[in-house]
Amino acid sequence: MVRFIARRLLLAVITLWLLATIVFVITNVLPNNVGRTILGPFAPEETVNALNERLGTNRPILVRYVDSLRGLVTLDFGNSFVSGKAVLPQVVGAVGRSAKLAGLALLITIPISIAAGLYAARRRDRFADRAIVLLGVTLSSIPEFVTGTILVVVVGVGLRWLPVLATAPDNADVLTQIRFLLMPAIAMAIVYFGYIARMTRAGTIEVLQSDYTRTALMKGLTTGQTMRRHVVRNALVPTVAVIAVQIGYLFGGIIAVEKIFNYNGMGSTMLFAAQHKDLPMLTAGVIIIGIVYMLATLAADLIMAWMNPRIRLDAER
Amino acid sequence: MVESTAPSPSPLPTPVPATGSGAMSERARARRELILLLLRRRAFLIGVVVLVIWVVCAVLGERITPYDPFNAFFLPGHQPPSPAHLFGTDRLGRDVLSRVMVGSRDVLIVAPLAALLGVGVGTLLGLVMGYYRGIVDDILSRVVEAFLALPVILVALLTLVVLGSSSVVVVFVVGVLFAPIVARTVRSAVLSERQLDYVTAAKLRGETGLFILSREIFPNVLGPTVVEMTVRFGYAIFTVATLSFLGVGLQPPSPDWGLTVSQEYANMIAGIWWPTLFPALAIASTVIAINLIADSLQSVLNE
Repeated sequence: MVRFIARRLLLAVITLWLLATIVFVITNVLPNNVGRTILGPFAPEETVNALNERLGTNRPILVRYVDSLRGLVTLDFGNSFVSGKAVLPQVVGAVGRSAKLAGLALLITIPISIAAGLYAARRRDRFADRAIVLLGVTLSSIPEFVTGTILVVVVGVGLRWLPVLATAPDNADVLTQIRFLLMPAIAMAIVYFGYIARMTRAGTIEVLQSDYTRTALMKGLTTGQTMRRHVVRNALVPTVAVIAVQIGYLFGGIIAVEKIFNYNGMGSTMLFAAQHKDLPMLTAGVIIIGIVYMLATLAADLIMAWMNPRIRLDAER
Repeated sequence: MVESTAPSPSPLPTPVPATGSGAMSERARARRELILLLLRRRAFLIGVVVLVIWVVCAVLGERITPYDPFNAFFLPGHQPPSPAHLFGTDRLGRDVLSRVMVGSRDVLIVAPLAALLGVGVGTLLGLVMGYYRGIVDDILSRVVEAFLALPVILVALLTLVVLGSSSVVVVFVVGVLFAPIVARTVRSAVLSERQLDYVTAAKLRGETGLFILSREIFPNVLGPTVVEMTVRFGYAIFTVATLSFLGVGLQPPSPDWGLTVSQEYANMIAGIWWPTLFPALAIASTVIAINLIADSLQSVLNE
């Protein structure tokens, strides 16, 4: 197990380094003049040079690269181009608020999709199965901001059931906060329903066809007992992997959702940074979301190895 | 933006050897059978009809819209839907129906090009990685994994901020970001293909790697590649619409759906829902249509 974890950690570190390099190439190599990118084509040359001098973006490319990697290790992403203050503390609060929203979305979507997937697998090729699969495909193809818009119009403006903006008043209790976050969370949850449900369905169908399921049924266990003791644990292994991958993408979709619902989280922070060409802020945001994704997949791998010993034994070989 | 994580290497129903004229006619027959199977699926037909409607709107544009989509008629803005303006008017008094009809044009140019670029580059990478294996595959696999670790929307946002927004840059960025995803799918399809006897036979005949890849393996992984192309097309619309909504995709004065939603969504709270809802529904109908087509293709190829 120790060897398995060490291997996974090493892989995570390599991927993170590659990711930081990709981001560095996008922000430093694609525009050969960062100052010009920020100030635009009409700024006088001296102003551009002065800005490059101040930002340190006129130093040799290798020096900047090493510097950015050092920043990654020490979690120091430099100062915001807009406020001049260190980026990290500004991002941390926003990440926390976004995590609340993303967490609620996962809390809604995971149980419902797993239940739907298990149900569809047991009714394979019947009407309920087809309906769940088709619904999943359909819902997961619609962008979050479109689902959000439709929800706002129907549930918020039409029926007036839920608040249209996501930010609860200050000092609001937990229930009120959830009420305000419910609609954006549902908008995000809807997109992920299809993926998780389909993966659960596929995993369950595979396990249902296996010899050990047949043995369990033949030795006289009821369908319910077989599902609980033998099927679910094995069938959910691929589902765990999908959920981990989705956590990364959840933070991609969150930008649009936060814009529609006017929520002050990671997405709004990055959108503001994008409008003001605040590259350190954007870089920090992308890297932090990369780290979140990395941790989520690492956790998923550990859970999967715990659920199914064959995975960790394979990896150790 | 989300990616399908389901393993989708789905070889054609019958692996067809790529030699001789008899094989060619066999392949043509297989293709005809495939089309017949597709036409029997209701989901496929619905998808095609919806997509064709939007393509007609995009091609004919102003020639069939009830009003000029770009010029206001000096009317007060934000008129609710009425018999004269079925979808109401927007903040500048322009007819929303006309704008929604013309709004399909930009995204239906940009998204397919991006998908094409992504599938082209990705297929090439996947073929090379899957066939040659070894150190090149190891390195490229790590790079692909690093790309997959990032939500496409985020990286696209970062790149578009750096390079500036234009349709060409959007095509380029989305295409490049899709390539690793396609590469992974094609690679796994090639991996299962390269162990088959017909590849060994080609090697024994002394054919070059390039020939085997392009004439032997590629025709047999065409099925998953075509499915991937349709799926990517759907995601390209998803991505381009979202980027436009975020303000870094298609730029004004385009009547693009995502852009229109971003210009009008703030008015929803005041009860002015029509300039936002109709373009949003247009996006939804398009991506659903493409997904229905992709899904039918995939299950027909798997049968």
